[in-house]
Amino acid sequence: MVKTITLAQGNGGEENNELISKVFYKAFKNEILQRSEDAAVIHNGELAFSTDSFTVSPLFFAGADIGKLAVCGTCNDLAMMGAKPKYLTCSVIIEEGFELESLERIVESMRHELEVNGAIVVSGDTKVVPRGSVDKIFINTTGIGEITKKGISSNNITCDDVILVNRDIGCHGATIFAAREGMEMSSALKSDCNSLYPQVKALLDANIAITAMRDATRGGVAAVLNEWAKQSDVCIEVTEEKIPVSDEVSGICEMLGFEATALANEGTFVLAVKKEDADKAVEILKSFDVCAKASIIGSVTSLHPQKVVLKSGWGTLRFLETPNGELLPRIC
Amino acid sequence: MMELSNLYDDFRNPDTIKAYARKIALLAKKLDRDIGIMEVCGGHTHTIMKYGLPQLMPKNIDFIHGPGCPVCIMPKERIDHAYALAMQEDVILVTLGDMIKVPGSNGSLQDARSKGADVRFVYSPLDTLKIAFENPDKEIIFFAIGFETTTPMTAALLDVIIKKDIKNIKLHINHVTVPEVMTTLLVDSEDREVESRIDAFLGPSHVSVISGSKIYEPFALQYGKPVVVSGFEPVDVMQSITMILEQLLEGRSEVEIEYTRAVDRDGNKEAQKLIEKYFEKAPAFLWRGLGEVAHSSWKLKDAYSAYDAEVIYDAILPKEQCMDHKLCLCGEILKGMAKPPQCTIFGKLCTPSNPVGSCMVSSEGACAAYYRYGNL
Repeated sequence: MVKTITLAQGNGGEENNELISKVFYKAFKNEILQRSEDAAVIHNGELAFSTDSFTVSPLFFAGADIGKLAVCGTCNDLAMMGAKPKYLTCSVIIEEGFELESLERIVESMRHELEVNGAIVVSGDTKVVPRGSVDKIFINTTGIGEITKKGISSNNITCDDVILVNRDIGCHGATIFAAREGMEMSSALKSDCNSLYPQVKALLDANIAITAMRDATRGGVAAVLNEWAKQSDVCIEVTEEKIPVSDEVSGICEMLGFEATALANEGTFVLAVKKEDADKAVEILKSFDVCAKASIIGSVTSLHPQKVVLKSGWGTLRFLETPNGELLPRIC
Repeated sequence: MMELSNLYDDFRNPDTIKAYARKIALLAKKLDRDIGIMEVCGGHTHTIMKYGLPQLMPKNIDFIHGPGCPVCIMPKERIDHAYALAMQEDVILVTLGDMIKVPGSNGSLQDARSKGADVRFVYSPLDTLKIAFENPDKEIIFFAIGFETTTPMTAALLDVIIKKDIKNIKLHINHVTVPEVMTTLLVDSEDREVESRIDAFLGPSHVSVISGSKIYEPFALQYGKPVVVSGFEPVDVMQSITMILEQLLEGRSEVEIEYTRAVDRDGNKEAQKLIEKYFEKAPAFLWRGLGEVAHSSWKLKDAYSAYDAEVIYDAILPKEQCMDHKLCLCGEILKGMAKPPQCTIFGKLCTPSNPVGSCMVSSEGACAAYYRYGNL
C-alpha cells in the first residue's frame, strides 16, 4: 500500500510529531534541532531563531487575520525562549486572482504587529502561482531574536516548578471553528491572536524565575503539557477547575464535542515557574488586559512520569492526552 | 441572558456528584452480590470514562460497556463500500465525524482522501444539501450512520431531496437500532454468560428522545432487568446508578427515566413517522464483533431505490467478507465480555492514531475512552 500524507499528520499532535521525527529529524539530525524548543538557540546562546508558515481559512476572522498571525507566530516563538524579536523575513505565495485590497490589509496588519514587537522585516520573497495551486495566500516568516534571559528550556522542568497559563484558553480554535461552521455567535468570542513579547518582557524585568515557556498553538494546552512531561520526564498534575475557559469557548466545545485544552491558541502560553515566584508571576500577567484570567493550573510531580493527569472537582483522576487525529465532531 | 453553561453546570456540580457517590456507597453495602450495569450507549461510555466515574463506584459495582457506538459496530464490509464509493470519479462522499478514521480492508476514508478522493464530514445530514448545490456536476453520496438518533435526520434529508427534486444526492444507509442488539446480548444461547453478567441497563439518552422509553419495556418485563434512561452528564449517570440500585434492592425491574428533561415514554412521533415513511427494517445487519442481527437496521423502501446508492452502485461495491485482526478483541468488548486492557494489542499495536479495531476510533468507543483517559 502506498503511504500518503493525511491531514491528521499536520494536526500539531501525535501524528504530526511522528511525521516530524521519522522524516525530518531523521534527515536533519543535530543537537540544536533535537532540543525541540519553540525556537532554536544559536550563536553561543545569544540568539533565538525560528520559522513558521501560515495558512488559515478564513483569512480574516474575529480578532485577527493571517497577517497578524504570521508576525505573532514567529515573534511569539522567539519570545518563548526569552528573546526579544529583532529581524524577520517574510515570504508569501499568492494564488492568481487574489484581491490586491486583501493583500494590502494583510500586510498592514503585519506592519502594525511588527511595531508591537519592535521588530523589522529585513528580507522577503514573493511568488504568484496559478489558480488552485495554493488556497489564496500562504505566508512564511522566519525570525531572529536576541536572548535576554538564558537557560529557558522545556527540558529542565522539575518538581520545584508550578504550571501557569497567561489567560483563558482555546479562543483562536473556537473562533476558527465557529467561522468555518457558519455559526452565528452574538458573543464576544474572538481569536486570542496577540504578541506575547510585552508580557514576557514584564516577567523577565521582574526577575521571575521562569524555567520554561511555550505558546499553545496547534494541539493546544494539552499538547504543550504532554511535550513538557516527556521532555523533562515528569508528571504534570493539572486541576481542571483552575484552567480558565471562557463561557463562549465552553459553549463551542459543548456544541461541537471538543475539549478546550485541545483547541489552538495564538496568544496563549503555558509557563513553568519556580514555586516561590508563581503568585508574583500571576500578578504581573494580570496587569495586562487580556490576561485577567491568568492562573496557576497545576504542579509537577513524579506520580506518572511523562504523563499529564487531570484532577476533577470530585476527586477522580484521568490522563490528559496529546490531541490526536483531525479535530472531528462527535456523532450523537 | 441565559448562558449555555446554565444548561450543564448543575449536571457537573462536584458537590452533587460527591453526594451521589456517598449514596451509592451506602446502597451498595446492602447488595448481597457483585452487580454489572451495562451502559448500552457509547456516549455514556465516554461520560463514564471522561469523568472517572468507575473511581467513585464501590468494588461490587462494575460498568459493562455496551455496543452502542455507531462507528464501533460498523463492519469492515460497510467501510469498504464507503471507500469504493469515494474512489469513484466525480463522487463526493459525505459522512459524519469519526467515520472517516475507521480502517477498512484498503484503509480508511481519511486514506482515500489523501489519495485524491473527495471525502467530507458534516455535522448534520442536511449540510449535504449545500455541498450538492455547490457541486452540481458531482454525485454526492451521503454515507448515513447512527442509531435511532440520526435516522430521522437522514429521513429529513431524503424528504428535502424528493420535494425539491435534487438529482445529485444518493444515500448509503447504515442506520441501526438498539433494542434488537440488546436482545441479542441477553438471549443468544452461545452468550449465556453475557446475560448473567448484566444485572441492569443504563438506557441511551438521545436514542430515547426519538423512540421513547417504551422500547425498553421488554427488558424490564420479560427479562427482569431494570432499565434507567439516563442523560449524558456525570450527575445524570450517578443519579441513574442510584435509581438502578434502588430497583435491585427493592426487587423491582422497571423502565424508569432519569433524563426527564428530554425523554418520555412515547418519544418524538413526528420523527418516527418520518422514518416509517421512507425506511423499512432490513432482514439483518452485520454488526462488527456481534455477527448478523435480524431486523436490527433500516433500509430505504423499494419505492425510493432511485436514491439508494447501494442499489445504484451495486456493480462496484465489494461483496467479500472481511476478517478482523485476529488479536483484536472489539467483538468481545462490544458484547461486554472483555474490557479494553484485556486485549493484547490495546495501546501497543492499536492506538487512536493507528487504530486496528473500531473501538479505538470513535471517542465513544470503549478502547479509545480507556486509552485516552487511562482508567486511573
